[in-house]
Amino acid sequence: MANQAMPFSRSEMLPPEPPPGSAVGVVGWLRANLFSSIGNSILTILALALIWLVLSHVWPWLAHAVWNADSYAQCRQIIADTWGPDAGGACLAVIRERWKQFMFGFYPIEAYWRPTLAFILMFVALAPILFSALPRKMLWFSLIFPGLAYWLLWGGSIFVPIVIYAGFAAGWLGFHLGARASAAFVAPLLAAVFALVWWFFIASPLINLLPDIGLMPVQSKQFGGFMLSVTIGVTGIAFSLPLGVLLALGRRSDLVFVKAICVGFIEFIRGVPLIALLLVASFLLNIFMPPGTNFDIILRVIIMVTLFSAAYMAEVIRGGLAALPRGQYEGADALGLNFWQATRLVIMPQALKISIPGIVNTFIGLFKDTTLVAIIGLLDPIGLITSIRANAAWNGMVWELYGFVAVLFFVCCFGMSKYSQYLERKLRTDHR
Amino acid sequence: MSEPHPLDASDLEPVHPDRLKVSDQVAIQIIEMNKWYGQFHVLRDINLTVNRGERIVIAGPSGSGKSTLIRCVNRLEEHQKGKIIVDGTELTSDLKNIDKIRSEVGMVFQHFNLFPHLTILENCTLAPIWVRKVPKKEAEETAMHFLRKVKIPEQANKYPGQLSGGQQQRVAIARSLCMKPRIMLFDEPTSALDPEMIKEVLDTMIELAEEGMTMLCVTHEMGFAQAVANRVIFMDQGQIVEQNEPREFFNNPRNERTKLFLSQILGH
Ligand SMILES: Nc1ncnc2c1ncn2[C@@H]1O[C@H](COP(=O)(O)OP(=O)(O)O)[C@@H](O)[C@H]1O
Ligand SMILES: [Mg+2]
Repeated sequence: MANQAMPFSRSEMLPPEPPPGSAVGVVGWLRANLFSSIGNSILTILALALIWLVLSHVWPWLAHAVWNADSYAQCRQIIADTWGPDAGGACLAVIRERWKQFMFGFYPIEAYWRPTLAFILMFVALAPILFSALPRKMLWFSLIFPGLAYWLLWGGSIFVPIVIYAGFAAGWLGFHLGARASAAFVAPLLAAVFALVWWFFIASPLINLLPDIGLMPVQSKQFGGFMLSVTIGVTGIAFSLPLGVLLALGRRSDLVFVKAICVGFIEFIRGVPLIALLLVASFLLNIFMPPGTNFDIILRVIIMVTLFSAAYMAEVIRGGLAALPRGQYEGADALGLNFWQATRLVIMPQALKISIPGIVNTFIGLFKDTTLVAIIGLLDPIGLITSIRANAAWNGMVWELYGFVAVLFFVCCFGMSKYSQYLERKLRTDHR
Repeated sequence: MSEPHPLDASDLEPVHPDRLKVSDQVAIQIIEMNKWYGQFHVLRDINLTVNRGERIVIAGPSGSGKSTLIRCVNRLEEHQKGKIIVDGTELTSDLKNIDKIRSEVGMVFQHFNLFPHLTILENCTLAPIWVRKVPKKEAEETAMHFLRKVKIPEQANKYPGQLSGGQQQRVAIARSLCMKPRIMLFDEPTSALDPEMIKEVLDTMIELAEEGMTMLCVTHEMGFAQAVANRVIFMDQGQIVEQNEPREFFNNPRNERTKLFLSQILGH
């Protein structure tokens, strides 16, 4: 033992050694995470007991499942015959019988291929947005996809989506004309004016002039099932993010008027329940429309859901913006980037990255909230369950139907959650 | 606020005065400029003319308005009275003028302000591509040129968070240079750095000075001031208190405030 007070100089450096055995391997992990103390051990045992309790009920119920039957009564009969009179079991025959309805609602059977194709193409369109390693050229398809999906789902003339897309081109033109102006708000304002003028005054006469070439039209009231949830959910998600970004920017704007509008909008929407907005969409909106206009119910619902989520999204993104140090704005300004360039290239990528958990939270909330449309009579999966349960054959069923819908939604929401975790890991640029 | 690190002039490469030519063209002219933060009169009657190729060091106690002054030059802060003319263009609220001046004036900050979500190379090419509309390939070549100049070309594809403070500050200098600025502003570029990294940044700045860059530099590095500055400006309470060429400034300070400041900072 060297004397503490003695001058000391190391003659050779210590080599690194592996950690002691108790800290590694399965045993090490178990000890560290499950049995590190008496309290921890008790909790572990209680949790295991709870898991066993749940599984011991659910597992036989699933194992006794009946897939082939014409009614709930027949299901119960089969289960009683096979597993004894007291045995419980899932009557999954209802899922089997109503599977197509759960997926497509009352969409014409001969046109099932259209939503199916749209669903598959949706993943092609999402892929380059979700995974930056894919070729950037694929983004062109992502841009076309909304119009294509609209046309596949609702049918009608191919020129309807094309003319609507031309409105974005008009907006783009307006933005570029406005970008020459010295005030930053002129560009988006002019873009909005150009696009709105096109859509409201030019689009519909133009469509009437063009020939009616396309697919068989399908009415919105024929839409239903999971397809309806995905249509509303995905569209709402796609539009609520950009709208939320604009609202968040507007709320931080120096322009008093813009700021007042954004604050007013956000606070109003956040103060009103979504169900109230949906009821407005369903009953009241047509009163304010010029007589004769047929404003599609699904479109109205999508608008309401989008506005609702956009308000929450704006607050989430505002949190991300507030978290950025002022130096980032100054760095961008000092390089001569203008407001929109700085926002798009420097500020937003970072603010959005910080906000990912909140954004995905809002997405998941929006997707689950699509089930509220059942209340205004749309036949989403929950609406369908009500009508299935009203059928004499399946009267009284609860677990199988709601459980099935729960699993469907869980898969989607869990997928979003997993993706967001992947994205957060990927976007970490420090200490890699 | 970190401690100032006085550096002996002999630590730095001596610069021959003849290599530092000053033209008689005016780069920056500040006339009777005043600025307030609310009720607080932060800059008072500032008059300053900077010629092309001149290197000016601004010193002064913390809170004296040094940062505010140079931030007014590229309009990160707005002045309320008087005139600032940069490169012949007067700074007004016209956004076009402001963006033009900002693209001609490079700025290096105490805390680097690199963009953490972009690689070093992308940090350097962002503004040339979007502001100057330079093709990407050309912008990358320019960026690599300046990264070689600040001696970190091998870090081009890393992210700022993976670099040391001194390396980040050199990247920040290279990023500004990629815009081919005619004037460079430095706001305490070495005060956030560990002592062993200060020299690498100062060396880069000296090299810039030798190439004739017009520089306005807030710093406590008196060694740097003695090595390259044509003029040292001392500020206190929002005013220019003393202004002289470096030798006189350090050897014969006239104002009492300057004397006090120098005795504190140089530990005499
Ligand atoms: N944004 C601001 N709002 C109000 N006061 C400020 C602001 N920025 C700086 N100040 C004040 O102005 C004075 C000068 O600040 P600054 O120019 O940063 O000084 P220096 O760079 O010389 O340390 C200080 O008293 C500071 O508190
Ligand atoms: Mg300062």
